[in-house]
Amino acid sequence: MSATAVSPETNPLCRYVLRLGDLSLVLGQRLGEWVGHAPALEEDLGLANIALDLIGQARLFLSYAGELEGRGRGEDEIAFLREHGEYLNAILAEQPNGDFGQTIVRQVLIDAFQLEIFERLTKSSDQRLADIAAKAVKETRYHLRYSGGWLVRLGDGTVESHARVQAALDRLWPYSVELFADDELDRLMAEQGVAPRLADVQSAWSARIDKLLKEATLVRPRDRPHAWHGKRGQHSEHLGYLLAEMQHLQRTYPGARW
Amino acid sequence: MSAATAPVDQRVERAWNALAAVEDPEIPGLHLVDLGIIRFIHAQLDGTLLVGLSPTYTGCPATDVIRSSVADALASAGIADVMITEVLSPAWTSDWITAEGRRQLASVGIVPPARATTLRDLMHESRPIACPRCMSLDTETVSEFGSTPCKALHRCRACLEPFEYFKCI
Repeated sequence: MSATAVSPETNPLCRYVLRLGDLSLVLGQRLGEWVGHAPALEEDLGLANIALDLIGQARLFLSYAGELEGRGRGEDEIAFLREHGEYLNAILAEQPNGDFGQTIVRQVLIDAFQLEIFERLTKSSDQRLADIAAKAVKETRYHLRYSGGWLVRLGDGTVESHARVQAALDRLWPYSVELFADDELDRLMAEQGVAPRLADVQSAWSARIDKLLKEATLVRPRDRPHAWHGKRGQHSEHLGYLLAEMQHLQRTYPGARW
Repeated sequence: MSAATAPVDQRVERAWNALAAVEDPEIPGLHLVDLGIIRFIHAQLDGTLLVGLSPTYTGCPATDVIRSSVADALASAGIADVMITEVLSPAWTSDWITAEGRRQLASVGIVPPARATTLRDLMHESRPIACPRCMSLDTETVSEFGSTPCKALHRCRACLEPFEYFKCI
């Protein structure tokens, strides 16, 4: 089936909800790749549980997006039958897992972002978003406790673990810029009281991250301008491979149910 | 008298009674009613019985099983025209586990959650968690996540036994 993305002109709220849902969906799918491969049983369970929460959040967001779109598409069709260019997640989420340290760095950066966003969305003028955020924020606090705890242990650990997470931080940091770079859609949502201003989210995020990095004895990389387009549907090559695996079943057996 | 024509409050009461014995699929011994996730049972004007269910965690895989065990329990009690709806707000909190539910958790060796969920509790859980076997407070967290999303893994440094803690959320 060919699904056309909803244009921001026709339904900005739908597009904003897709951004939130796709961030959770893509990150959840990435974490799922660790199942059976994590360094220890506890981390296998931890990463899988976070993945489950993220996919649970994605279901809530994507179902809502489907209702806003009003074309009868449910959460499954939106998750599994869209094309590459219709996913609106920031590209940090689709970056490969790398080693455990790189997965943890990506997780810390996004957990802290989601924590700040969800806390503020609980006061959204859109009641449905406020309800979803109120549920999600409680889980996200545990996610950050987990990822932040590991960042500190690895950063303030051995010479080897410190060097690896610092390298992962240096590599992934530029992608964090996209989380806070607002465009006309972000600004419209903030004006309508639907979403927080990204500048406010950024300063709170930054303070939280600085505290963690200090405890982890890691050096905060310098901010550099970074061309980002994931929130507009232009992705790195990594997303294609992720979708190929995620969508394989629904593409091969359309409408298959669990 | 058929279920549909029974007085409204009687149907609601029968429904609560029918659900009283339903256990959580992943924590046998813990009843759904005591977990606090059955939010309401309302008789609606059109004759349907509306049951509000809350997920503990958005991604909890047991949610669908819980939904069908609720439907099955009501059906086998002869209660028809049931609609089950998901309630997100206000979000479920572990504070809603009843005293009986806490006793049920403890009886299967799971430490019940700390009371009064506050942001502070969640971010820096400073209060020590007592070992359910030897009651020592000298315990440590092994992982924030256990065999289900709602539990964390801990270990007692005194008796060296691992144990599960139902997280405060």
